[in-house]
Amino acid sequence: MAANYDGQMSLRGVTKVFPGHEGHADVHALGPIDLDIVRGEFFTVVGPSGCGKSTLLDVLAGLSTVTSGTVTFEGNPLAGQVPDGIGAVFQQDASFFWLNVWDNVAFGLRRRRMSGGEIGRRVDQALAFMGLTGFARAYPAQLSGGMRQRVCIARTLVLEPKVLLLDEPFGALDQQTRLLMGDELLRIWRETGATIVLITHALDEAAMLSDRVAVMSARPGRFIDIVTTGWPRTRDSRIVSDGQFGAITGRLWDKLREESLRAMGIGDPQQTGA
Amino acid sequence: MKSSRFDYALLIAGFLALWQLVHWAVGPDVVSSPWATIARAVELLRTKTFWTHIDATATAFGVASVLSIAAGIAIGLWLGLRRFAGDVADPILGTLYSIPKITLYPIILLTFGLGISAKIAFGVIHGIFPIAIFTMNAVRNVAPVYHRTARVMGLSSVTTAATIMAPAALPEILAGIRVGVALTLLGTLIGELFASTSGLGFALIRAMDVHAVVDILAITLLLFIFAAGVNATLRLVERWARHGG
Repeated sequence: MAANYDGQMSLRGVTKVFPGHEGHADVHALGPIDLDIVRGEFFTVVGPSGCGKSTLLDVLAGLSTVTSGTVTFEGNPLAGQVPDGIGAVFQQDASFFWLNVWDNVAFGLRRRRMSGGEIGRRVDQALAFMGLTGFARAYPAQLSGGMRQRVCIARTLVLEPKVLLLDEPFGALDQQTRLLMGDELLRIWRETGATIVLITHALDEAAMLSDRVAVMSARPGRFIDIVTTGWPRTRDSRIVSDGQFGAITGRLWDKLREESLRAMGIGDPQQTGA
Repeated sequence: MKSSRFDYALLIAGFLALWQLVHWAVGPDVVSSPWATIARAVELLRTKTFWTHIDATATAFGVASVLSIAAGIAIGLWLGLRRFAGDVADPILGTLYSIPKITLYPIILLTFGLGISAKIAFGVIHGIFPIAIFTMNAVRNVAPVYHRTARVMGLSSVTTAATIMAPAALPEILAGIRVGVALTLLGTLIGELFASTSGLGFALIRAMDVHAVVDILAITLLLFIFAAGVNATLRLVERWARHGG
């Protein structure tokens, strides 16, 4: 296969196998996967639980090495460490409880060579952008889960990533908060111009937010479909009442239903006649 | 804050009232009255010999605490950072923590003699294990998402340890120190109760020998206030490190 790396991030023939230990067989978690993520797009990956979504995110972030194949970011292969320009926000609360909101957001900047004035300017800007200005002196324990996740997003955005990786960042939040955080994410995406790669199990979230949605198979995770939504760049959560939204969600579920059953270890009851 | 101060006042008043009732019930030969005890405690604090006892206990307790904390944290960090060593040491530490250390006292005495070093050693074997166990678990229980965050930010392992691991583990380590220091005081005092020639534990046992009830209770009261004070101070430090979390 001729390797041409068109995307901002490109995967060619990527697989990930976790070696078995103590008599257990190897676990083939991922691939082979070919993918080009286009600069500035909102790309979402959905799949049944345990399909290797998070493994894919680790590979994209450079947190995990691949068993075979190549991963490139802006033309350079990822070499076992996270390159500058990639930011990530995870499902678990990663706010630092011992720092107030301001210091949380300043954390990454302080580890770089940057003047205090520049840090202050950037942190204040990020706090204002995420609606956290009034909470600058608060500690994470005083904030709700949604607010803490905003702190984590602000802490990542302040480093001005070119690609923002999100691993089910709203998975622990309630449905209303998730819809509003979705709007927030679309605003961040529009205003920063960053590429967003979102991993989620929520089909509605995927259908509403994305330019493209990749549907993953049960393990080993491969792409079985990539759906282009065709939403305008100015969309928000109100598109959930658009007829097209239902059509996209329906198509995603069609693809995913069988895989989810397979992931649970059950065949399709309609096909087996049960 | 105001209501908790009121609660404390109520607690102390209730405690004193109960004490007085017990005093009336069993008589002054067994339990002296609160007022007589407090007066005797103040009197003791004005005598020079009593301060030499305080000095002896404070020195032994201070040295034992520093050794327990330093060694406990060092052992705990080492075991916490090495998964396999931690898995091996965990049940051993748990056993050492729970065995009654009084059974080791003859050996400690034979090894260290009748002086301050036996008291310190006895304090340390009480305090070191809880501090090591708490520290090990504190390091092991640092949320995995913090490690991933550090890696995405491209931090070196030294920077990660200093700026993320240490503050994340600190509240648990401080909880271990609070438990460990309380047990160190216990160990030091037990060391003084038997075979020693100075210290508050020694003063207590001598008061018992001559049946000076008011002295026994006065010394006990002073030790009680001291222990509660140490515990409250460490609790404040711990709460600060948790930032409400």
